[in-house]
Amino acid sequence: MTKVYSNLMKHITEGKFVFTGELEPVKTTSLHEVIEGAKTLKGHVVAINVTDNPTSFAYMNALIPSYIIQKKVGVEAVYQVTCRDRNRLAITSDLLAAGGVGIKNILALTGDHTTVGDNPQAKNVFDLDSATLVHLIRKMVDEGVDLNENKIDNPPKFHVGIAANPNADPLEPEILKIERKAKLGVDFVQTQCVYNVEVTNRFMKEMSHLDIPVLIGIAPFRSINMMKYFMKFVPGVVVPDEVQQSLIEANEEGGKEGVVQKNIEFFGDFIKELKNTKVAGVHIMAIGFEWIVPKIIEYSGVQQS
Amino acid sequence: MIIVKRKPINKIFDMIGPADNVLIVGCDGCVGIYQEGGQKQVELMSVILELAKKLKENRDIKIKTATVLRQCDRQIVATSLRPLIDDVDVVLSMACGVGAQTIAEVFEDIIVIPAQDTLFIGMHDRQLKKFYELCSACGECILFETGGVCPITRCAKSLLNGPCGGQSKGKCEVGGWVKDCAWILIHNRLKQKDRLDLFTKFREPRDHRNMESPRELGETFVGEVEAT
Repeated sequence: MTKVYSNLMKHITEGKFVFTGELEPVKTTSLHEVIEGAKTLKGHVVAINVTDNPTSFAYMNALIPSYIIQKKVGVEAVYQVTCRDRNRLAITSDLLAAGGVGIKNILALTGDHTTVGDNPQAKNVFDLDSATLVHLIRKMVDEGVDLNENKIDNPPKFHVGIAANPNADPLEPEILKIERKAKLGVDFVQTQCVYNVEVTNRFMKEMSHLDIPVLIGIAPFRSINMMKYFMKFVPGVVVPDEVQQSLIEANEEGGKEGVVQKNIEFFGDFIKELKNTKVAGVHIMAIGFEWIVPKIIEYSGVQQS
Repeated sequence: MIIVKRKPINKIFDMIGPADNVLIVGCDGCVGIYQEGGQKQVELMSVILELAKKLKENRDIKIKTATVLRQCDRQIVATSLRPLIDDVDVVLSMACGVGAQTIAEVFEDIIVIPAQDTLFIGMHDRQLKKFYELCSACGECILFETGGVCPITRCAKSLLNGPCGGQSKGKCEVGGWVKDCAWILIHNRLKQKDRLDLFTKFREPRDHRNMESPRELGETFVGEVEAT
């Protein structure tokens, strides 16, 4: 990577330990929630991911909230783009619009299958996949053209991130897939939820030859029910038994507040451990309870640089 | 072969409606063996239809039957059915959608009723008594670089650069972790052949013009292939 366009990449390339957060626009026309969420996260994270119809639920599109939090709250967005709902024309056009309104970071995702969502009868698009989407973004940014070599006036300046799953079983194809995208040119990786440092270290070791900054994903649990839902329905999430047990015990002893406190302690300690690994930072997904993010970071004692 | 599934009998009766002269046409091709479109099923359909009309509507209808070698061959359909078609109101095709349409193309003034829903191009496993979809006729075959496993058909997202995050222990989240993840199969096959370079290879977006319907193709001859 030769040029740095975003705060996120500036911090990463300067070797600072970074935090990113996540916001999920929902089925609403109100921007209030995302703006409030961004305000809560501002100052604690360097950038905030804005999800694109996560798990195939038809929500407000991700670009407008990405723009709004940058414009109104002054915190950088990581605009998530999936390939499930739009063909290459629509994605190119959204990327142009994103460039037009000053979006600097894109997370290129394949997207969940429609059948897991809230309109399971919908047609899947997948004209592109996460790799071909990275390819498209690279061409737009580096060559100023679209997939078909058509010239773009005033090409966008994006950094492109990809997702990865350190819990993937089997892991080898996951690593090879990252390698495939790394060759195209990837600026950062944000991972699926991880709950222990051994999984992190194994993943970092397998990825070491690729030299891409990795932000490890963590997802606190708002409640025991949310944990159970996660484990059952979100692919690729493996919550270790001891984590489950300690949260269940915290719930029995202190109810909801006990769970919150346990989350703060567990993930705070985990971040402290991650600081001593080769990761570039932590991506914290606390959808709908962003207020816990500053508490976890504070407990960890790790400074947001 | 082309895999079909017979429509419910009641639906077929509804489509036949008040017709008095019905020609039921089977096919000796894909649907003739191990599927419900061969001569045996044509005879059975004829008996059921006759009985049903008698019992339900108390009327006699005239039924003729035929089974052609390949219902997707225009000339075979024309020569085999022309002697039978004269006083026929409707033709009930027991073949795939191509067979039914070929009859409609040859005999433009005849109403053709499909007895089958055409599902996919598939492999037959006679031991398991199941049909598996293996090809999507995408027009750009890459099987040689995917270990003989078609990701366009067998990956729920038709990914060219899989696997996605929706697999666990080699199973796909679509349909509830029952079906194999095509990309894990591809990985395992290529690893076995020591060709993981093909797995890691980046595949550019497909040219969807290859799947632009309606497709047609001129016959190709051995001579042409050799010349190129």
